[in-house]
Amino acid sequence: MSKKIITTNDWSRRSVLKAGLGTAAVAGAPMFYMKNAYAAEYLNDPGDASSVKFGFNVPQTGAYADEGADELRAYELAVQHLNGEGDGGMLNTMQPSSLKGNGVLGKKVEFVTGDTQTKSDAARASAKRMIEKDGVTMITGGSSSGVAIAVQGLCQEAGVIFMAGLTHSNDTTGKDKRRNGFRHFFNGYMSGQALGPVLEKAYGKERNAYHLTADYTWGWTQEASIKASTESIGWKTGNTVKTPVGAGDFSQYITPVLNSGADTLILNHYGKDMINSLTQAVQFGLRDKQVNGQDFVIVVPLYSRLMAQGAGENVKGIFGSTNWHWSLPDAGSQAFVKSFGQAYGFPPSQAAHTCYVQALLYADACERAGTFMPCEVVKALEDHKFDGMGNGPTEYRGADHQCFKDVLVVKGKDNPSSQFDVLEVVEVTPRAQVEYEPDNEFFAGGDLGPCNNGAA
Amino acid sequence: MDAILLQILNGLDKGGAYALIALGLTLAFGTLGIVNFAHGALFMLGAFCAVSIQSILTLSKKVKDESVTFFDAYKETPYLEIWFPEIGPTIIDWAVPLSILIAIPVMLLIGLAMERGLIRFFYKRTHAEQILVTFGLAIVIQEIIKANFGANPIPTAAPDIVAGSANIGSLVGLSDNIVYPWWRLIYLVFALVVIGGVFAFLQFTTFGMVVRAGMHDRDMVNLLGINVEKRFTIVFGLAAVVAGLAGVMYAPILPPDYHIGMDFLVLSFVVVVVGGMGSLGGAVAAGFLLGILQSFASTNEVKSIIPGIDQIIIYLVAVVILLVRPRGLMGRRGVMED
Amino acid sequence: MTKKVLESELFIMLLFAGAVLTMPLWLAPIGAGYPDLMQKFAIFGLFAIGYNVLFGLTGYLSFGHAAFLGVGSYAAVWSFKLLSMNVLPAIFFSMIFSGIFAYMIGFVSLRRSGIYFSILTLAFAQMSYNLAYSVLTPITNGETGLQLTLNDPRILDAASSNGGALPSPTLFGLKMSGFEGFYFCAVLLIIGFFIALKISRSPFGLVLKGIKSNQTRMKFTGFNTRPYLITAFVISGMYAGLAGSLMAVTDPLAGAERMQWTASGEVVLMTILGGVGTLVGPVLGAGIIKYFENIFSAFNDRSLHEVLAFLPDGMENIVVTLVRPFVGEGWHLTLGVLFMLVIIFLPGGIMQGIDRIFGKSKKKKAAEAAAATARMGEEQHG
Repeated sequence: MSKKIITTNDWSRRSVLKAGLGTAAVAGAPMFYMKNAYAAEYLNDPGDASSVKFGFNVPQTGAYADEGADELRAYELAVQHLNGEGDGGMLNTMQPSSLKGNGVLGKKVEFVTGDTQTKSDAARASAKRMIEKDGVTMITGGSSSGVAIAVQGLCQEAGVIFMAGLTHSNDTTGKDKRRNGFRHFFNGYMSGQALGPVLEKAYGKERNAYHLTADYTWGWTQEASIKASTESIGWKTGNTVKTPVGAGDFSQYITPVLNSGADTLILNHYGKDMINSLTQAVQFGLRDKQVNGQDFVIVVPLYSRLMAQGAGENVKGIFGSTNWHWSLPDAGSQAFVKSFGQAYGFPPSQAAHTCYVQALLYADACERAGTFMPCEVVKALEDHKFDGMGNGPTEYRGADHQCFKDVLVVKGKDNPSSQFDVLEVVEVTPRAQVEYEPDNEFFAGGDLGPCNNGAA
Repeated sequence: MDAILLQILNGLDKGGAYALIALGLTLAFGTLGIVNFAHGALFMLGAFCAVSIQSILTLSKKVKDESVTFFDAYKETPYLEIWFPEIGPTIIDWAVPLSILIAIPVMLLIGLAMERGLIRFFYKRTHAEQILVTFGLAIVIQEIIKANFGANPIPTAAPDIVAGSANIGSLVGLSDNIVYPWWRLIYLVFALVVIGGVFAFLQFTTFGMVVRAGMHDRDMVNLLGINVEKRFTIVFGLAAVVAGLAGVMYAPILPPDYHIGMDFLVLSFVVVVVGGMGSLGGAVAAGFLLGILQSFASTNEVKSIIPGIDQIIIYLVAVVILLVRPRGLMGRRGVMED
Repeated sequence: MTKKVLESELFIMLLFAGAVLTMPLWLAPIGAGYPDLMQKFAIFGLFAIGYNVLFGLTGYLSFGHAAFLGVGSYAAVWSFKLLSMNVLPAIFFSMIFSGIFAYMIGFVSLRRSGIYFSILTLAFAQMSYNLAYSVLTPITNGETGLQLTLNDPRILDAASSNGGALPSPTLFGLKMSGFEGFYFCAVLLIIGFFIALKISRSPFGLVLKGIKSNQTRMKFTGFNTRPYLITAFVISGMYAGLAGSLMAVTDPLAGAERMQWTASGEVVLMTILGGVGTLVGPVLGAGIIKYFENIFSAFNDRSLHEVLAFLPDGMENIVVTLVRPFVGEGWHLTLGVLFMLVIIFLPGGIMQGIDRIFGKSKKKKAAEAAAATARMGEEQHG
């Protein structure tokens, strides 16, 4: 254990021999283990092979299957663009870029897919298959923080890079951050910081907020973040009520709001919970109410366009935040929306965007590092500054592997022109306003640890 | 006081849904002796009847929106509105109530097909096998719906006229704070009407009498030369209709997705057991009782005394009932009592 | 070979051990010969064997066994966090805790039988899951799952810094990931199989089978079945705990969703798919379901075309179109169809299918089936 300092885990053939169960294992070790076993310096080194494999681990079954499908579309597009097919998308707008459209480091990009089922066990099993059987150098995807954190931990132990997909919990780059894992998506704290001033402008300083919060880790961190930011603009926090995940009918949690004296309802829900609680809150006439001489308002801190569509009419005029939206006018967003729209006939979701960008960023880092070796790629990504990817100038902070960029505050659109036109961007909150120190109280307690190349 | 009244309403409303689903389950169990894990899927199919009708009614003429160049965006106008500018929008608005008319024959057919095609081969098999085969069927139905409608919930709106909420408080001369959504009140009334209808059907028709007799002692009724099996098949169809109607009407409350039936399934089984296996009255009573208990367990006051109680209350009640009174609240003595 | 040899314990054990230990060999051609999946085969095989001790022998259908698996996992990870990265204490505590937990739940649930027992176990499992996901987060770490951290005490491990990286579970220095992990699980699977074989052939096993075929009659003769049932319940709970601890051993993270009722449903499906009451069936069933979950879900348009490239172009496209709905995001559909087919046509599971193919002791089976049908009739009338 002492001599290998950076590697924590043995997946190798040689250690199998050591285990004294050699014969069966060697004979049984499938071809892909044998290929590069001797020359490699790190796990799943593609060596002289003409291609390199990425693993796209997304929810294909369960509540987030549609989001997962959209992520997969984005990944396939990213692979095409990396390999020089199609119109190149953001390859043309990314700055700086070392990507040439001839694959990565001259190797054609191939990919494998897997189903996370939005369960950490299934996601880890799927990721392990990609690492052990398919020999991927990088895993990316996911549509929930629990899964992202679980897979990030696995990639750290195994020694491959993890480029997180949609994960909004502070913990992903806070308490549970890992050296081999990177997050482009924004987080609960940033949502709070971005929403605060906008809410103040729209609804004033005299508000009494009532939180309904999904009773699990993500809900709690978001509630804390939003509470901190709204209290800093003078709002009071009345009740904070935890609701079971997947409650379906939220009526018993909504009726107490009616008589609580609160004039603002903050829904720390995501996915189906968000759709149901919002739909029902509107049905209960909360938005028609007058409390303390003000109109009652609802806020949904984390928006997803795909989910907002599920709530239909009810999102109109409701504030929230999002990582990216297809209507952004910058060149990078336009290039991406164009190639995605031409390929699939509709605009990409924010999940698709973050996944596409993550795939490109990883490929670019490999080009700059000149290798797929995880520790070198980590170095290339840390403190890397880039632009032209749809969020303005962005930095992958080395201290916690969180991307710092502008955050969008959005509002449900009053007169949508199509079924995709649900949200309008109210404000682009500049990066400086959502930035925080790595040891911020909401993110403290974690440690990136050393990077891991995996055992060859 | 207001808060308590509202929670009672919530409980009744929730209970209405539980009772409807449990009623159908009990019909199938009490008559056919079938433990039907696909019953939740029938509820889901009902909700998707509403979704389908809504999407058929809003079939739209698509005009390409030239202002969007990146992808094919269309401005959509439903044909109904083009053809019948006068009543088209109203018809679309009333999609959910209209779906009820369509759902009754559709669900009846689905129920009959299910019983004839699959369930009847399982009368003599163990409960475990019944559970598994219907569970498999539920998965298959779900996946077919998912392949056609996607995994995201689909918003389904109630007619505009009942979209808002009713100020019950001022209607009956209490405080202004008792407001409750019209659609939920309608759901409650609807549930009561359906339940009443089913009971009346069983109580006051010859058909119902035979079925009840058959539930009590199938062999005896058979000996009398009455074909009970045929009637039981129809009862299964009836159970499917009840589940489907519960689903149609629930769509505006909970935007349906392919998994909505599974979410209700476990709960409705618990309701059936608490009420007493095979007891129709028990299923209804237990549905309302558990709905109300769940509502009160979710209030801040209760949760501050026992954290997490709202997550487990229903199961806790089921455990206590099963231990203290295994035949359930209103189960007949001797039926499934071991 | 005579029948006696075929049914001798030594022969069965040799055959089973041989098949399990050579898994890397014969699974490689079907794409399943990689460590993680084979670990899952062994772990869920153990889970299903244990489940079969209860369901297969006594006929009590529990929907709550995932809770014991979860308790086992949490206990193992806590052992890694507090005591040592050595797997032996983790496994020990997992089995103890899941055994105690199973005793408590079994003590209550076994007051009832039939569908009431099923609902009781379901209720307990759902309560465990709901609480583990939310209010018990300090113990379970909720949605994120219980993980190792750098500042865990690990009082028995000497201060081996490990370069600041997280340590991994070991068996006295032998790491438990990859093929080592598989062989470790495989050995335990073989031991677990042996114990189950012994149980089913012991007088205790005979009592359990007696309970299955007619409990009422046994009760009338003054025989108290309850202690036997509780013992069987606790044994199968401990198997589940062992499986849970092995999940943590090969991958030190415990998530709440492994306690959900659908996870309990999965082990029921495994057992029935393979063949209830048979010894090898549950292991087979576990293997097939895990294979589907991992291999079928991984197909996409591109990989399908690659696999089917040997077909002529036109054919290839047709086959891809036909197969596509059943793989990738549609693998649940395949699973659903498979259950229905198996339960409709092979109520005895795959083992029955195998028996049919080889026509083994037809008469005996027929007699058994008749007895079973009679019993089912009784059950229905309560």
